[in-house]
Parts: sequence; C-alpha cells; structure tokens
Amino acid sequence: MDGGTELSLTIAHIVQRLKGSHLHSQIERQAKDCLHQPEIKLESLKDDVRSFLKTSGWERQLQNAVYRELHVQLPPSHPMAPPEHLKEPLAYMRKAQASWEKRVLKSLNSMSTELEVPLARMRSAAEQKELANKWNEMGTDDPDLSRFRPVYAPKDFLEVLISLRNPNHDSSEDVSARSHWGLIQVPVNVRDIPQLRQAYSELNLITGQLGIDDYAHIHPDLFESEHVQIGKKVLVEQDSAAAQQYSRQGCPTGLRADLWALILNSTNQPPDVMHYEQLTAGVIQHALLVDHLIYKDVKLTASNDDYYFVFEDFLYQVLLCFSRDTAVLDHFKYNSATPPKSYIHGKVGDEECAVVYPPNGVIPFHGFSMYVAPLCFLYNEPSKLYSVFREMYTRYFFRLHSISSSPSGIVSLCLQFERLLQTHLPQLFYHLRQIGAQPLRIAFKWMVRGFSGYLSTDQLLLLWDRILGYDSLEVVAVLAAAVFAFRAENLMEVTSLASAEAVLADLSTLKVMPLIQVFLFATSI
Amino acid sequence: MSGSSDEIKPVSCTIKPPIYLHIGDTKTDPAHSGVCVVDVTLPFGKPVNVEEITFKNYYTAYLTVRLLRRGPGQEAPAKWFTALRDLPLMDNPHTERGSQDYYSVHRTQDPEKEVSDWLSDLTLGDQHPDLEQGLPDPHTVSSSLQQMWALTEVMQSNQTTSSIGRFDVDGCYDIDLLSFT
Repeated sequence: MDGGTELSLTIAHIVQRLKGSHLHSQIERQAKDCLHQPEIKLESLKDDVRSFLKTSGWERQLQNAVYRELHVQLPPSHPMAPPEHLKEPLAYMRKAQASWEKRVLKSLNSMSTELEVPLARMRSAAEQKELANKWNEMGTDDPDLSRFRPVYAPKDFLEVLISLRNPNHDSSEDVSARSHWGLIQVPVNVRDIPQLRQAYSELNLITGQLGIDDYAHIHPDLFESEHVQIGKKVLVEQDSAAAQQYSRQGCPTGLRADLWALILNSTNQPPDVMHYEQLTAGVIQHALLVDHLIYKDVKLTASNDDYYFVFEDFLYQVLLCFSRDTAVLDHFKYNSATPPKSYIHGKVGDEECAVVYPPNGVIPFHGFSMYVAPLCFLYNEPSKLYSVFREMYTRYFFRLHSISSSPSGIVSLCLQFERLLQTHLPQLFYHLRQIGAQPLRIAFKWMVRGFSGYLSTDQLLLLWDRILGYDSLEVVAVLAAAVFAFRAENLMEVTSLASAEAVLADLSTLKVMPLIQVFLFATSI
Repeated sequence: MSGSSDEIKPVSCTIKPPIYLHIGDTKTDPAHSGVCVVDVTLPFGKPVNVEEITFKNYYTAYLTVRLLRRGPGQEAPAKWFTALRDLPLMDNPHTERGSQDYYSVHRTQDPEKEVSDWLSDLTLGDQHPDLEQGLPDPHTVSSSLQQMWALTEVMQSNQTTSSIGRFDVDGCYDIDLLSFT
C-alpha cells in the first residue's frame, strides 16, 4: 500500500468515526443556519460556508475531534494482519494476557458462587428508590465488605509479568555484567537516555518548567508569567494540539482543568450530560458484583488517603457509572485485553444472548480508584469529571494493567525502569539485587498507579501534565528510576528488602520535575 | 501473485522447510550462522509475473531475495539474480519490534528495468506515508475516497460507530457465570 492510499484510508476511517456524532449534527445545523446570513453568496456557497465555519470556531472543533481520533486510531498495518495482531502483535504476549484474564474470571466466578452474590441483578423498586435518594452520599453507607476481597493486587500481576518468556529468546546466558539483572525477561524496545533526551527535549535544563521555575524564590517574569499568558491564549484558541504541546512544560493550576479537557477533547455538552445521567440510571437499575469490588477499593485506598478521602462520594459515582458504560468497549480494538463475556440465564452458547460483563469490560483491581482520585481536584461537576476520566483511562491507564508490547505498556515501563537503573546506577542495582531487594518489586506499585497516592497531589498533577503532553507513560518509568537515583546513598546502606522499602516508603516530599530533569539531562553517559 | 494489473491471484508454489546455514563442520561446531534459507519453487514451464510477496515474519531481521531466472532462449542456462538484499524487517534484531509483523514486498511495473533493479522501488506494507511531497490535494483525496469506499466493506455498511448504550439483551441482564474458552 503506498503512502497516498494509506492516508486516504486513514481519512476514510476518521470520517466514518465522526459521522453521526453530536459534532457532526451541530456542524450540519450551523451550515444550514448560516445560509440566511448576507455574507453567504450563492455563487461562492461552498467557500463562504467553509469560511463561516472557520471564523465561528466550528472548524477548530472539528480539528480537535480529528486530533482525538488520531490518538486512538490503530497505526497503519498490513491488510493481512488480523484484528488480534492489531491489538497485540506478539503471540506469546497475547497468550499470557489471555491466561491472566482466565485467572481473573475464574476468581470472579468463585467469588460469586462462594458468597452467593449474583454477577448482576435487577434492584427492587424499593432498593432503587433508596439508592436514588442516597446518590450523593454513598460514602455514608457502611456495608459489610469483609467477605469481598479484591480480584487481584498489583503484586499478583507483577508475578505474571516476571514469568513472561519469549519462546524465541535464548535467556540461558548466566548472569554476568552484560546480561540483564532485572526481573523482566522479554526484549521489548525501550529508549535509553540519549534517545529520551531527544524525545523529551522540552524538559531540558535550559527550558522553563512548571514544577521548577515557578518556585517562590524565582521571579515570575523569568518564566511563569509568560507561560501563564500563553496558556490563556491556547485556551482562547481552543486548539487541542497546541494545548498538548503546551502541557509539556506544565499546566498552571488555574488553567489545568480546562487544558486537560481540551487536550483530551473531553466535552460536557448536553449529550455528554445525558449520557452520564443514563449511566446513573443504569447503576440504580442493576446491581453488579463488581460494585462491591469498587466499594471495597475506595474504602481501602482513597478513603484512607489524606488527600482524597473528601472525594469518596464522587469516586463511587464515577466508578459505578464507568462500569456501565458500553462506550468504553471501543478501546478494546487497541487494548491487548478482551472484555469478559457471559450469557443470559439458560442461554449459554447462544451468541445472540451473549453480553459483556461488566458492561464496560473492565474488572477493577485493588487501587483502581486511584486513577480517578487526583482528577477530583480539577473537576467538581460529576459528568465532566467522568468524561475526563474515561478519556484518560481509554488513552493511557488501561496500558498499566494489561500485557502488551506497547512502548507505553507496563511491560515496557518495567523494563525501561530496570535498564535505566542498571545502566546508570549499576552499583546500586547490584547491591539491591544482592540483598534480595530487586528494585522493580518496590517501584512496580508506583508505576501501575501512575504514582497516584504516592506523590503529593500537586506533584502528581505536574507528572500527569507530561503524560498528556508527550502522549506517553514513559515519564512514569523515568521518574521511578530518578527516585532511586535520588535516594541512592541511603539505599546503598540498607541490608534487607524491608529496609529498602522503608527508605522508599514516603515519596510525599519529592519534587518530580527536578528529579526527572536531573536524571535525564544531568546524568553523565 | 501473478496476472495483469487488475487481477492479482496467488501463485501456487512449493515452500520448502527452512535450512539453517552452518559455519564449518556441523558435528564439531553446532552453532549456526543466523542465516536461514527458504526455497520457494514456482510451477515449472509456465512463465510467472510475481507482483508481490506477502509473508508473516518470525524473528527474521534482514531479508534477501534471490531469483533463479532462465535467460532468453531454451539453451541459455538459468542464472541467480539478487532481487533484494538485506531488507530490514526488524530495526533492532535483539528487540521485539517487527518480529511478528506482516510484510509485503512489491515490484514496480517497469518492463525496461532488469529484475535485479527491484531494489530501488520496494515498499513495505508497514511504512509510514511519505509526507515530503506535502499534503495531498483535498479534491484528489475525496475522489479517491469514493473508490476506497467501494473497496472497503466497512464503508459499505455506512453505519456509524456511535454506541447504542444498552448492555442488556431485550431488557434482561440476568447472567450466569463468566465464560471463558
């Protein structure tokens, strides 16, 4: 396929995706309505309507919608490649993901059978009424959740990643200075520091950053004031791509909510609000087993966190709605995972009676609510919060808990972390290995959550600015390595895994941008 | 694949099992060189115009294609030509990228060129579009889109991808346990 054909196919795909969308009907209506205007002449109709759409900002909205589609579109592929290849090209990773999923499903099935709680049931009218009344204060409930246990914890998932093997890879080589000292044994492509310096050039020592150059003792005229002005301009222009580029240097606190929504093209129009209300109706109507998992997770994690416990009610609302949202199923086209399937009672095997469970295909694990919690600081309107979270999940967070060869996938992040550490802090790595404290065992839980719950919120948001700005989760692996580099001296003194954990237990005082900057640009290579 | 430009058919051919090349004596030095040869025999007698070779990779880093071509006239002996040398399939042989991808190797329609000049005009199925010549003219694109829609089944159904939103079957979401194959 030549370049021109490929481009045409991409365009055709995007047109089809946007056809029938709310934006499409809005633009159509605008085009029809503008015909009454005097400046629209019949002889130059097409051009006049086009320039009207441009000046009124509709063309920009369309651009943003196209930009969004480009983010979630599958990369161009060979026509012979089957859908599973597009989800994940490596057969052994697909197999590992399938077998992991099977374990999780079996676990959920056993939970349902043992606790005698059905996977899904319709709520009685009385129960529906009660829940509707309590919708904004579900946190006050104190249900007995002791019988429920999370389906899995990050450390279970880590064991699966450690056991990944490429059948074509000879890993019989004895451990030596040249071999890989870490736990990840699959040779996925990861970038080294010289390559990262090129890719993340905006983070270098001579470029202004929020998180570094906005400290109290630095005069705002040196960087901050101008950066804020540019941010305001970007918002006025409503340009998604510009906002994404801008976010690489950090988003000012007052503009961040709008900037992130712009980058993600996350709108809060009437159809979005209606969609959210439909989801809440779905929650009120049906009770799902995963609801208990969500309650338990929120109670165990966010509610116990000093920063996030105030948002408990929001978290229930967003996560319960998220489980009912079939629009999320779209992302499985490019996710190596597959949504779990079930059949209506008595119709096992009848494909017409097959449904996805939960409706959004995502089974929450221990810590899942931490993907939502930081967003509560930015958005106080539930439908807006929901919209932004859903987009963040379907673009980034899903990669943190599925097995794939994607450069932003958790496997690559783990390998990248280990490689960075082994290459640039070999003494530290070797020492930790000797005392039975493999670095990944400590860093994994940070990376799987995108550091949510480990950093202070303002620092976390600065980190997530860069995830959005660079459209990649790589900074998470870089930060993990940078944290080890920062505490290297103390870590060299410890003699056990427990003491290593203790040194790295509290990250709440860390400033992420200086750490990342120094690690990437001041490490000698 | 062979045939005229509007009709491409697969060529029946025999693909022999791959043979690894060894350096030195296989008994004393079992390590292989990392070079593997796959013989593909085309049907004897019928001349064949090969337009495209499509394959799925499995950890081959570089591809070389050599052709045994019979010279003009029945008496001339067949000679080996190198059609393609060391085409990279994996940008780094020690990492996964490209290791299990699908590839196509095309040939340009230039009867004046020798077969050995294949090298210059080959494209891979996975390559990114060349934007050096600038963005295409929108009118050209929209007219080629018409053809694209005729070819692609997905477009023919003309359905939007906006989801319906319901997760139940006829209002029922009473399910048994989760199923897995």
